[in-house]
Amino acid sequence: MTAYVMKGVSLLGAAPRDLVVRDGRIADEPPGAGAEVIDAAGLVALPGLVDLHTHLREPGREDAETVETGSRAAAAGGYTAVCAMANTSPVADTAGVVEQVWRLGREAGLVDVQPIGAVTVGLAGRQLAELGAMATSAAQVRIFSDDGHCVADPRLMRRALEYVKAFDGVIAQHAEEPRLTEGAQMHEGEVSTRLGLTGWPAVAEEAIIARDVLLAEHVGSRLHVCHVSTAGSVEVLRQAKARGVRVTAEVTPHHLLLTDELATSYDPVYKVNPPLRTASDVRALRQALIDGVIDVVATDHAPHAVEDKECEWAYARPGMVGLETALPVVLSVLGEQWELIAERMSRAPARIAGLAGHGGDLAAAGSPATLTLVDPAARRTVDPSDLVSRSRNTPYAGTTLPGRIVATFLRGEPTVLDGKVVR
Amino acid sequence: MIKHLRSAADLDAETATLILDTAAEMATLAGREVKKLPTLRGRTVVNLFYEDSTRTRISFEAAAKRLSADVINFSAKGSSVSKGESLKDTALTLQAMGADAVVIRHPASGAPHRLASWVDGSVVNAGDGTHEHPTQALLDAYTMRSRLGRLDGLRVAIVGDVLHSRVARSNVLLLSTLGAQVTLVGPPTLIPIDVAAGLSGDASRRGDRLVPGEAAGGPSAPAGSAGGDEPRAVSPAAIAGLSGDASRRGDRLVPGGVAGAAGGGPAVSYDLDSVLPDSDVVMMLRVQSERMQDSYFPSAREYSRRYGLDMRRLRRLPEHAIVMHPGPMNRGMEIAPEVADSPRSTIVEQVANGVSARMAVLYLLLGGK
Repeated sequence: MTAYVMKGVSLLGAAPRDLVVRDGRIADEPPGAGAEVIDAAGLVALPGLVDLHTHLREPGREDAETVETGSRAAAAGGYTAVCAMANTSPVADTAGVVEQVWRLGREAGLVDVQPIGAVTVGLAGRQLAELGAMATSAAQVRIFSDDGHCVADPRLMRRALEYVKAFDGVIAQHAEEPRLTEGAQMHEGEVSTRLGLTGWPAVAEEAIIARDVLLAEHVGSRLHVCHVSTAGSVEVLRQAKARGVRVTAEVTPHHLLLTDELATSYDPVYKVNPPLRTASDVRALRQALIDGVIDVVATDHAPHAVEDKECEWAYARPGMVGLETALPVVLSVLGEQWELIAERMSRAPARIAGLAGHGGDLAAAGSPATLTLVDPAARRTVDPSDLVSRSRNTPYAGTTLPGRIVATFLRGEPTVLDGKVVR
Repeated sequence: MIKHLRSAADLDAETATLILDTAAEMATLAGREVKKLPTLRGRTVVNLFYEDSTRTRISFEAAAKRLSADVINFSAKGSSVSKGESLKDTALTLQAMGADAVVIRHPASGAPHRLASWVDGSVVNAGDGTHEHPTQALLDAYTMRSRLGRLDGLRVAIVGDVLHSRVARSNVLLLSTLGAQVTLVGPPTLIPIDVAAGLSGDASRRGDRLVPGEAAGGPSAPAGSAGGDEPRAVSPAAIAGLSGDASRRGDRLVPGGVAGAAGGGPAVSYDLDSVLPDSDVVMMLRVQSERMQDSYFPSAREYSRRYGLDMRRLRRLPEHAIVMHPGPMNRGMEIAPEVADSPRSTIVEQVANGVSARMAVLYLLLGGK
């Protein structure tokens, strides 16, 4: 195994030093002869990013993304682990499907692909999937989610929260009261009124989160809330956390940067679920991320084929690709708060997902050399045709964002060098 | 002249007035023996209708033919569209055939905006989903002006299912542009959220925007370090803009109250009887009785009692006031038959004016000059 020495790197913004990687780990002795030297002057090292919310589309929509292409996009974005959502075709609701995704991830070998299992059979919201079988499978599933659909039935949600305690699982809820969002196309507010698009009211998210934190409190279970998008949700979470409820929450990069005004173009590249909200929601989400009311930035990377976006707004599928732009967007929103970024994009998601080899301390010898090197001074203008992902549905086309991912290492092996995926 | 007519908001007061004046000239044709002008000879107008609407399609067809354009009617049924062809592929086909203008009726809001990004010709919105129907607003404004002599300062009540009405949206925008005062009347369930701001022609009345480069707070956030090049290309509207703290949730008002008009947005009232004595125009919207299945109102009977225009209510209107309806009517639901047929009703006139207004639009968009 090649040893590396990263010359003049800054760990989370600290004074420049040399970082030695040997046998897959951070070493505190000199690299020895034959070590490869990486000029890391001006670069910042972060623990490898961990995404709690990725749609890899395989099996079923390999025209939009595969485990392999999604892994490449993840590595290019500085990620070393991604949690693959269950809404594939067939749905990842059995040990067989989660093991298939897990195995494809191992074969691609660029990031750790940790499958998420469905909560209910076929995401239909009627009957629990075999959660225990998925947990004890080779994929060792710990996060369960019907993402794309809300586990709306309160009794079923209660049972799911309780049941996964047996294997320290967590339910990741897509909070959307379905009766309040029938036919919904965008955030309900003045813009939806002007555009004549059916509104997705903030309360449809907030009502489910409020219910779920009470359920989780009642049964003493862990709850994770996917893609929080409203100021009201932040308040519900703030109160629940203050009471000691075991709830964690994520926000997407796009909800930290973009607003519902973008729908004015009717270009479905801006259609996403939950929808883009208002400026005051964006501000509340940014503050919550700083305060820790929101624990994690998760991409909700949702690749879609061209024909599913080059159409009428109402007929388009919701979702945006996000793996390759997540860190630049977060940098543009938070600035160079490296400690905070490491916590929200690596350590906290690794803890929630139970991924022991990720989110480690790069200053400690013996830690896995699972890390990302970023050039914070670089600026890049997003060009969809440059994306590594198989899909092109980025809302940032033409936008200039700070930061460039220069290298990514997974257990001492480079997956990205000089900004290029190594294989 | 503008290139497309996708929304009534595409029209400023000057352009809208030019269209109405042109429509008046076009209307004089109707009295002639030969109802035809050579203006658009050799130009191709495609009527691309994804919804059945015989009235609107015939109106556009008559308008184009009176201007001597070649008209191609393309209806979704029995065409490549019913075989699954996408709007984009259809657009490229029309483009290849050299359509100078495409008149589109579509069940999805914003379809004309999408179409305009794929074809070189002019796009005219003939009704898109629950969004807009700008030529209807033009013919309505034309009708009001010819009956009442002016639009500036006119008090117009638009009554009924505003939430699902493309006619209402276009009328609010156009009438506000032309100086009329609009009051939306209906049950609160059928008045869209934040309507005063949402349909205000004045962008500064609209909600809060993020400031360019606005980074999150926090003591250690170096404000300048990330913000310098912050997104400019995404959309100036979404990322740039004004500050001010508009609250997210509705500007719904007290029952019976009237508010909002000051800044150019429409006023709202839930009480038809209180609005009628101060209205010069009352425009009744079609209300589909199926809406009661979605609990927008309890029953057709209750709707009709609270918001229907009957003879008793008609008498509350000022002497000179007119009654409008975009059609097709639900007689007995939103409008009583004797009101629809009364001399105050302009319903048949609206249909005739539709051809003149659409002639004016095609004439001006296609460079009649």
